[in-house]
Amino acid sequence: MQDWMKLAGIRSSDITDEAVFRQRRTLLQAAAAAGMTGAIATDSFAMTEKLSMDVAETQYKAEGEITSEETATSYNNFYELGTDKGDPLKNAKFLKTDPWSVTVDGECDAPGTFTLEDILKPHAIEERVYRLRCVEAWSMVIPWNGFPLADLLKRFKPNSKAKYVAFETVSSQKLPGMRSRVLDWPYREGLRIDEAMHPLSFMAIGMYGNVIPNQNGAPMRLVLPWKYGFKSIKSIVKISFTEEQPQTSWNMSAPHEYGFFSNVNPNVSHPRWSQAKERKLVGDAGGLSALFASKTETAYLNGYAEEVGNLYADMDLKKFF
Amino acid sequence: MATSAADTNRLTSSKSKFSSWTWVSWLKVLVFVLSLLPAASIVHAVVTGVSGPNPIEFITHSTGEWGLRFLLLGLVLSPMRWSFKSVTPIKFRRMIGLFAFFYVVAHFATYLVLDQQLDLAAVAEDIFKRTYIIAGFVSLVVLVPLAITSTKGMQRRLGRRWLSLHKLVYVASIAAVLHYVWLAKGDQIEPLVYAAVLVVLLGMRVVRKFKKR
Repeated sequence: MQDWMKLAGIRSSDITDEAVFRQRRTLLQAAAAAGMTGAIATDSFAMTEKLSMDVAETQYKAEGEITSEETATSYNNFYELGTDKGDPLKNAKFLKTDPWSVTVDGECDAPGTFTLEDILKPHAIEERVYRLRCVEAWSMVIPWNGFPLADLLKRFKPNSKAKYVAFETVSSQKLPGMRSRVLDWPYREGLRIDEAMHPLSFMAIGMYGNVIPNQNGAPMRLVLPWKYGFKSIKSIVKISFTEEQPQTSWNMSAPHEYGFFSNVNPNVSHPRWSQAKERKLVGDAGGLSALFASKTETAYLNGYAEEVGNLYADMDLKKFF
Repeated sequence: MATSAADTNRLTSSKSKFSSWTWVSWLKVLVFVLSLLPAASIVHAVVTGVSGPNPIEFITHSTGEWGLRFLLLGLVLSPMRWSFKSVTPIKFRRMIGLFAFFYVVAHFATYLVLDQQLDLAAVAEDIFKRTYIIAGFVSLVVLVPLAITSTKGMQRRLGRRWLSLHKLVYVASIAAVLHYVWLAKGDQIEPLVYAAVLVVLLGMRVVRKFKKR
């Protein structure tokens, strides 16, 4: 049941193959054309690897239509695998997730290097349907499978100096997108400790009940639904507890455009585009109908203000964007 | 010498005049059809869904990129003329320029109608506040008079001034490249490749000017 190495091994041979993906797409379209319902579509997605453990339901269920699994796994920003939205799927096979280990260091009493199996063993897996808002003004609604980030971080016993948590994406593998210096590798992200320990902060190892595909950040990634998508760092290999605010990749690349916090906020424009509205990529988002779908108003903290609003109560959000 | 516009007229007026078609006329038909292929493939990708879950972004990016490619292609023709010592490349300048205009207008229309959904307040905010949009808009605006005065008649009427006016294509190209460089996220390589090509093409003109003196 919890043979994670094996799980990761099986996965690398399935969804990453584009021919298989296209074939599945055709199957899906055929099923849709024939007026068949969910059961068939689920069948043709059987090539993705089902999570081997039970997934508990939770109260975290974003309302509204859910983005199709095909859309969420074929339209990605994962610059290590290329800068076009279709590149991460195309290049997914280059990311090797078996074996995988995560190094934990910094201001904590139980640091170390852990295998993926060690990391995941104690956690019960739950499902959370979260809204995802990209800084590029599109959004999705995705059912993630994983566990609260706080539950993981507490195991490393952060000490009183641990004011922040920093994360790094894998950079030891020669991934195709890393040939270009589009960002300063490795990809880095960070959170204030109270943000990281907040119950909304989630570590995902699956989506749609399936093992998370490489292009979505296998084998484990953050999901922070009130922040712009780039904060939800993928394919994590390093977790560091720090006293100082850590460097984050997009902030390093363009400090006046991407702040450390990067909370979804329709009132603070990105310098190059408005954040007031978003294009929802939900349901069957491709094709002609998507051309004329209207945009939706973006909500403060992506609609999670009730949960996380108090984290930023006395901050000037135009300054700390 | 048979001129291109006259050739085209003959095509519609009388079949018997086909015999007077030069290889340049046939090449023009070929270039015309080839220039329409990107538009056809964009439409095809959107209709079949191959363009992915965000077709508006796909159309915006691909029309913009083709607009820029045609602008730069138009700037290749004069250097070709100098190196081949033949005016033939110049005979394609109007068509290439108008295709650049076609893709740039399609790009702007996509932004205006599909992306911003005619929200004129949002568009105005973009055009006044955002440097890369200003650059793109300048490129579009500058190309309008060039497209309008691209006819043989206007060329004749404007005489010497026509050449000076059409030097604005340099402004349009520089603005278009800046638009792309400034909008890219991170340090992407593609916009810089276009910038490098433009620098070379404009540089060739500067060098030639100095040599002539």
